[in-house]
Amino acid sequence: MSSHNTVSFSEARRVAVFGGTHGNEMSGVTLVNLWVKNGAEIQRKGVETKPFITNPKAVEKCSRYVDTDLNRAFTPENLSAPGGDDLPYEVQRAQEINRLFGPKGSPEAYDVIFDLHNTTSNMGCTLILESSKDHFNLQMMNYIKKAIAPASCPVLLNEHPLLKYSTSRSVAKHPVGLEVGPQPQGVLRSNIFEAMRVILKHALDFIELFNEGMEFPPCTVDVFRVSERVDYPRDANGNIIAMVHPNLQDCDWEPLNPGDPMFQTFDGKTIHYEGAGTVYPTFINEAAYYEKQQAFVTTRRETLVASAIRKA
Amino acid sequence: MSCLLSRVAVCGGTHGNELSGVYLVRELQKTEKPLEEEDELVSVLVVLSNPRAVQQCRRYTETDLNRCFTHATLNGPESDKTPYEITRSRELNSLLGPKGSPEAVDLICDLHNTTANMGLCLIAYSDHDWICLHIFRYLQANIPVRYIHFDFPPKEAYSLESVGKHGFAIEIGPQPHGVVRSNIYTTMKAGVQHVMDWVRFFNSGTIFEGGSVEVYTMVKNIDYPRDSETHSITAAIHPQLQDQDFCLLHPNDPLFQTFSGETLRYKGKEPLYPFFINECAYYEKGIALSLARRKCVKMPPIQVKTELEHQENEWEFASEEDE
Repeated sequence: MSSHNTVSFSEARRVAVFGGTHGNEMSGVTLVNLWVKNGAEIQRKGVETKPFITNPKAVEKCSRYVDTDLNRAFTPENLSAPGGDDLPYEVQRAQEINRLFGPKGSPEAYDVIFDLHNTTSNMGCTLILESSKDHFNLQMMNYIKKAIAPASCPVLLNEHPLLKYSTSRSVAKHPVGLEVGPQPQGVLRSNIFEAMRVILKHALDFIELFNEGMEFPPCTVDVFRVSERVDYPRDANGNIIAMVHPNLQDCDWEPLNPGDPMFQTFDGKTIHYEGAGTVYPTFINEAAYYEKQQAFVTTRRETLVASAIRKA
Repeated sequence: MSCLLSRVAVCGGTHGNELSGVYLVRELQKTEKPLEEEDELVSVLVVLSNPRAVQQCRRYTETDLNRCFTHATLNGPESDKTPYEITRSRELNSLLGPKGSPEAVDLICDLHNTTANMGLCLIAYSDHDWICLHIFRYLQANIPVRYIHFDFPPKEAYSLESVGKHGFAIEIGPQPHGVVRSNIYTTMKAGVQHVMDWVRFFNSGTIFEGGSVEVYTMVKNIDYPRDSETHSITAAIHPQLQDQDFCLLHPNDPLFQTFSGETLRYKGKEPLYPFFINECAYYEKGIALSLARRKCVKMPPIQVKTELEHQENEWEFASEEDE
């Protein structure tokens, strides 16, 4: 185990729960609307927990976005772009959210933001981490994993220099993505809804314990580090010519070995995975990623070490 | 007795985000006359019903195309305010109809997906169209499939397949909208192939024996409980009902689970079969699930009647009347 010193963080006083970053991902929309009406469930001693619908127009239309994907919109260029009302709706929203919960990168930013998402992929309850050096988040994720054991809670680390994207939650000091599936867009499944609720409950419990002064000893967290985006095979016109193979469909987090079936053409031929080594695919057949040229993303397993943490 | 089925239409993308049909139609359109063989008695039209919605990967752009095929809508006035889908329904009616006329295609097979766990279903307006029921029975011998009957009088039939002399929707789930799952696509492709095989057998004079089949006749829909002010839903399909399409629902069985964890139960007196449980597109139509009665339908044997036999019959009738 590490002999690092304990890392101290200030108390997490300001916490936000975002829903509707994608307007058709219904668990988060429903939970946040519930908590806006009555937020008792998400309150913890000493913490101001703010539920917030990030993309109300998309929620109203029950579509992922109106002009552009809000969860890709928090780039430095967008956040400082002039133009006001002429800007795409989601860029305006990003600037507003940055004002309310940021500014991103500043001491005034919210301590923690939980961003609630659903996926059509069979990812179960996935936690998304943006930095391998965020010991606070690592300890939180370790706490959540232990709390729900033997049920599992994979951690997806998206720290890839090219594939990382500028999320709504990135405005906070400690951004946490909750991705729960499988659930079709526009549909509310009660089991998925409850699962998300339980994960968030444990996350908030962790924050309360931390704020009360509990010290969390060093720990290790198994993560899946994003490696590569794999697109569907396409023809010269850009049309998809094969589907995720039945052997790969729904097998998020399971090993994909070189030679394993990966895609099946519409006339039944198999296309095999020809990578160098075993990878762990996820976001397999996510509806929203057809337009982003992604059939699935490969990950590699890694064990991260989290230092002990306590409040300053 | 029916005449030759000489013109058959296979339609996909009636809802632009129901992708099995979209991709199947695309594949079929790549090969010229892919479902026809040489010296065929049947010609097959392969149609992408709502190209604009397909392009945007949405169910529809202005209004649901699959509600635009009533006689009233098809024959209504045209203006530059006419929604795209109504203009399109009229185009499809010219191509495949006109509905109710002798020029209409013999059979329309309209391809759909649902987020509900319904497996493979044929959906039709009739429980005594023997063409549809024999096709169903033939399919059943090859793949698990159910027949859903919407008991609407022909005047009220609103969907695309009502344009043909005979027609049904092929509905397969569960599949999220905007996604193509290989197992679902493969099932749909096999289903369409079996339909075409039956049509060929029928056209070549095969006698299909009488028998009986089980049919689910739609009785009613149940909406989600909603907030009286905002109209938002206040409960989700109960976990014990979710994915249980075609499992008999008894009085007092759980229907919904409110967001505060309370169970709401089925208050009907009659046990019925639920389907379209938690179909995404039906939230806006006020349908959480549909309920059906199941019954047995007896079908007569069926064989194609040739033109010659048709004429002979007519002479026979004429001479009988003289006597």
